[in-house]
Amino acid sequence: MLNTYVVYVENKPGVLTRVASLFRRRAFNIDSLTVGRTEKPEVSRMTITVEADHDQARRIEANLYKLVNVLLVENITNEPAIVRDLAMIKVAATHEARSHVLELASVFRARVVDVAPESLTIEITGAEDKIDGLLEVLRPYGVLEMVRTGIVAMRRGKAAAGAPALNSDQDVAEEDVSHSV
Amino acid sequence: MKDNTSMTGAGILWECLEREGVQHVFGYPGGAILPAYDALKHSKIHHVLVRHEQGATHMADGYARASGQVGVAVATSGPGATNMVTGIATAMLDSSPIVCITGQVGSKLIGSDAFQETDITGVTLPITKHNYLVTHASEVARTIREAFYVARSGRPGPVLVDITKDAQQTTCAFDWEAAKPQLPGYRPDLSPEPKEYEHALELIHNSKRPVILAGHGIIISGAMNEVREFAERAGIPVALTLLGLGAFPASHPLNLGMMGMHGEAWVNHTIQEADLLLAFGMRFDDRVTGNLKTYASNAKKIHIEIDPAEINKNVKVDVPLVGDLREVLHELLPNVESIDRSEWLDSIDKLKGDAAVRDIQNLPDSGHLYAAHVINDLWRETRDAETVVVTDVGQHQMWEAQYYKHEKARSLITSGGLGTMGFALPAAIGVKVARPEAEVWVVVGDGGFQMTLCELATVVQEKLKVNIAIINNGFLGMVRQWQEFFYERNYAATPLLNPDFAKLGEAYGIRSMTVTERSQVVPSVRAARQHDGPVLINFRVEQEDTVYPMVAAGASLHEMIRRPSKIVETAADE
Repeated sequence: MLNTYVVYVENKPGVLTRVASLFRRRAFNIDSLTVGRTEKPEVSRMTITVEADHDQARRIEANLYKLVNVLLVENITNEPAIVRDLAMIKVAATHEARSHVLELASVFRARVVDVAPESLTIEITGAEDKIDGLLEVLRPYGVLEMVRTGIVAMRRGKAAAGAPALNSDQDVAEEDVSHSV
Repeated sequence: MKDNTSMTGAGILWECLEREGVQHVFGYPGGAILPAYDALKHSKIHHVLVRHEQGATHMADGYARASGQVGVAVATSGPGATNMVTGIATAMLDSSPIVCITGQVGSKLIGSDAFQETDITGVTLPITKHNYLVTHASEVARTIREAFYVARSGRPGPVLVDITKDAQQTTCAFDWEAAKPQLPGYRPDLSPEPKEYEHALELIHNSKRPVILAGHGIIISGAMNEVREFAERAGIPVALTLLGLGAFPASHPLNLGMMGMHGEAWVNHTIQEADLLLAFGMRFDDRVTGNLKTYASNAKKIHIEIDPAEINKNVKVDVPLVGDLREVLHELLPNVESIDRSEWLDSIDKLKGDAAVRDIQNLPDSGHLYAAHVINDLWRETRDAETVVVTDVGQHQMWEAQYYKHEKARSLITSGGLGTMGFALPAAIGVKVARPEAEVWVVVGDGGFQMTLCELATVVQEKLKVNIAIINNGFLGMVRQWQEFFYERNYAATPLLNPDFAKLGEAYGIRSMTVTERSQVVPSVRAARQHDGPVLINFRVEQEDTVYPMVAAGASLHEMIRRPSKIVETAADE
């Protein structure tokens, strides 16, 4: 099944390479990996989705913790979470097709971000299946170009710890880090 | 003392190494590391000049395995650094704590393909526990402190620190205290939950046919006494991995011997018939499990292991106890009940069957020199001394494991996981430097010896009393054995045309001799022990001898190729 991890890492050069290299050398297949800033400048946050069974998922978590720069790993696969992907889709839209495309975009609550004589560029944010749905109905008009960010995810409701503190005297709260297998 | 004084990065490097307890480093100079070498004159640290940087890493590794302390290797950028790769990977797979210091081109030149520039942190990323690129003198102290801490804590491993030339040359304030490690994500100190202990004890007490699988983790954790106490109290026999040899005394009645591909048949059968495996600091390597589908299929498994990523990696276990082995056993021991398991132990004795009769050691002297004779005679002669045997990789390594009976931890140093030919001679140099009072024997094949024999010069230059036993069969023996069994005796690229090793040794100024008969083995070993300096003995052994028993790669652990009786007859008849 597809597992979703939120991984907090130290914001240092080379950390992305370390994480990517781990997945490659242990032959775990990354489906998507996004990385960006958090509320703490010294901490970056990755959302990684990877195809893995239960045991593999445990091992991925344990292996991520072996990387010295990894601060906290949360497998949120079975947690209530907000999961978002962003896509920009350039659709062939000549005069007669244009209104149909605009209508479809509005049904999906997507936004038109660029209009050209022969095309429209649509931006859509949402769960992956919603974007897949829009893509499917746009395809007959001709998708000229498409880019997706890969998913970012966040647990719903009461906050998890958020980005862990980096000061070593003030370690990550014990209960947040469980290597228990 | 020197705190808050202004120092160069190079000066800080040596100062920090001293404060980490380093007395010896193994290295080879070059352009990008020259500022560090220039600053060495102010340090108390003894530098061992090697002949190849691979040797430096194996020496640091041997030093670490013999002493339990972190070993240090130094090299320059580019080729100096890439030559370290094999040694780093060796240390990685065998969890050996070493710190490798490499010079790097000036920070302004990084990325420009400058002379002798290699992205060594990129190259070694998958084969180090962690690595660092240091571009400022002010980062040197903290990085070195972190490197040592990471290398030796938790599951030990190699750490590489790449320091640019300008970071070595520029000056900054040195403050040891302020340079404390800052590793917020690094947690080497895990321990099991109470309910996991209870579950483990339940399995142990309900088990009728338990076996302890004793690995390298026992030695790293220093848990030899705890394992012995555990085995004796619970009446559980102990099978060892190659790297576990010495963790439990060979002469102990509960010791079964080495398990796995070249373990004795009764050991592997015992594992296959067990109802409980207690894995102590071992990782179910494919060389000890054989086919995983049929591996100990009726046994419950308890895995005591410091690295959570090893749990359920190869073998699915029932109870994982993640933590330091010694601490975990301390928790378990008071609650382990003494149980009479004589029925199980008797049945294991029956499994031994006629294996002892087939043992080549019990054959009369046929005039032929077998490697097993050499190893066993060496053991008989040196068993009462504080002897460390350092082996290379191949047939001689397996014969050593079978015929040299190791009583103590750290008395066998060998490359297990990576199987690195060329390991023995340089590793032995590290062993001798770490433990000058120990009697050090290199047991090495004629193939592996030639991979790193340049380090003979290091032996001589450092005036090290190291004895070298070359088990010379004129073949890459283990590969030849596989060709014999699995490739219809097509000995492709395995016969070796060798130099006269005795003459070679003499050329280095090493007393050398050649032995071709069994009767000469003991006298040659005695002569070597009596000689003050290093000695090389070229044992010309049977060319097409085979390591038995053997579990073919991928076969089930109980499907062993046994010693054929024809070998017994042939040898006895002649």
